[in-house]
Amino acid sequence: MNMPFYVPPEQMMRDRADFAQKGIARGRSLVTVECADGIVLCAENPSRNLRKISEIYDRIAFGGVGKYNEYDQLRIAGIRAADIRGYTYSRDDVDAQTLANQYAQMMGQIFTHDVKPMEVEILVASVGADLDSDRLFHIRYDGSVSDEDGFAALGGEAEQIRLKLKETDTSEMGFAAALRVAVDALSDEESLTPEKLEVGVLERGGEGRRFRRLENSEIAEMLAEPSLAP
Amino acid sequence: MTFPRFDVHDDPGPNFSSLVQSYGLAPDYSPASATPASMADVVHGTTVVACRFDGGVVIAGDRRATSGNLISHRNMKKVFAADKYSGVAIAGAAGPAIEMIKMFQLQLEHYEKIEGTHLSLEGKANQLSMMVRGNLQAAMMGMVVVPIFAGYDRRRNKGRVWAFDVTGGRYEETNYVASGSGSLHARTVIKLGYRPDQSREQALDLVISALFTAADEDSATGGPDLVRKIYPIVASITRDGYAEAPESEIAARFTDYVAGLHDQTEDV
Repeated sequence: MNMPFYVPPEQMMRDRADFAQKGIARGRSLVTVECADGIVLCAENPSRNLRKISEIYDRIAFGGVGKYNEYDQLRIAGIRAADIRGYTYSRDDVDAQTLANQYAQMMGQIFTHDVKPMEVEILVASVGADLDSDRLFHIRYDGSVSDEDGFAALGGEAEQIRLKLKETDTSEMGFAAALRVAVDALSDEESLTPEKLEVGVLERGGEGRRFRRLENSEIAEMLAEPSLAP
Repeated sequence: MTFPRFDVHDDPGPNFSSLVQSYGLAPDYSPASATPASMADVVHGTTVVACRFDGGVVIAGDRRATSGNLISHRNMKKVFAADKYSGVAIAGAAGPAIEMIKMFQLQLEHYEKIEGTHLSLEGKANQLSMMVRGNLQAAMMGMVVVPIFAGYDRRRNKGRVWAFDVTGGRYEETNYVASGSGSLHARTVIKLGYRPDQSREQALDLVISALFTAADEDSATGGPDLVRKIYPIVASITRDGYAEAPESEIAARFTDYVAGLHDQTEDV
């Protein structure tokens, strides 16, 4: 007769968390910065096709790190949830908070019940009329959510990146200056070139779909501008 | 509303209509549910046209909606941006037509967000044709919806126009299309005035005269309402995307057109 081995729940959770963290640490990082012009999402990503950053809805964007197929599945689920909500109610009723909660529930459920936890961390960013109404939700593999203020970093080196980002106040900056701050924080000794970056922005103010993906040439132009910050 | 997560087998892909159907939210116009007390109670929209020009295409529609002999709305919108590079205009039963447009816009946006690229212009026209076909049963009950579709094809660098019929038949026309009760007159005006290399401004004036003539001959089509300052909606679609012409421009062109007519009648 087969006897299942007893594994204490603490041990099981720790093992699952270790497993997920290892998977995430292998991938490259992603940075989000709020600024006067809106929100900048910037990831180190040499691929033009396997994207980490995406539009979800009018004012909401998505960023994911870790295992591509897993965060892409989450990205698509988010777009579907948002579009259905907008269709049933109205475009104004789609908000980042609801979406973050739905993601958290799903990832928490998978963490405790599925064969393996998701090896991803995701970010739901939403741009408001002013900096105070911007929202950054950071959701981890176990479904824990944190509401970040001003900036967020995801991925293996998130801790070091967060320390770098903390030094600069980006609230008065435009997109170009904020992007330079994000790229500096992402880079090691050598600065990352536009070919290795994926950048999307959520523009503040105005109506309709505010997400825009930046082309390589645009990224290069913005990185080249002289710093306006003192 | 549950969070949409699907098995590999029943994943709807980038198709928003089938996603909505899987949630049981899609509108149902099957015969049992679609027998209005009298067809006169159903609001109808009328004349819409589209016409190519050098560098793009214009799409336009009047603002009147009727229920039988009554004018039910004076400022209805029948011309919409389908996405950044295409526009759609509707004629027929307003309820299902507006629902169809909403679904069509979402379908294109949903595809774009999930796939990360735009559908081809042909693909968009095909999607719309499937929606018109989906409405066939309701059309048999009298709730006909016949849209026109126009857009800028960024792969072939030209404006293109499509007409449809109730069965979802999709017909690409070389230069211009029209739909709705006043379409016979509108199409004739465009046919006579069309120049292959016309500019945006000439195309605008042409559709304005077409809509004016349609309103002149067809009681269900509204002309420019100078008292309430309600003018037809005219939009142009070029390489830079969809742009509705400002009301002031449309008003000025209508005023010029009407002044021209005035001079002609005085001569007689």
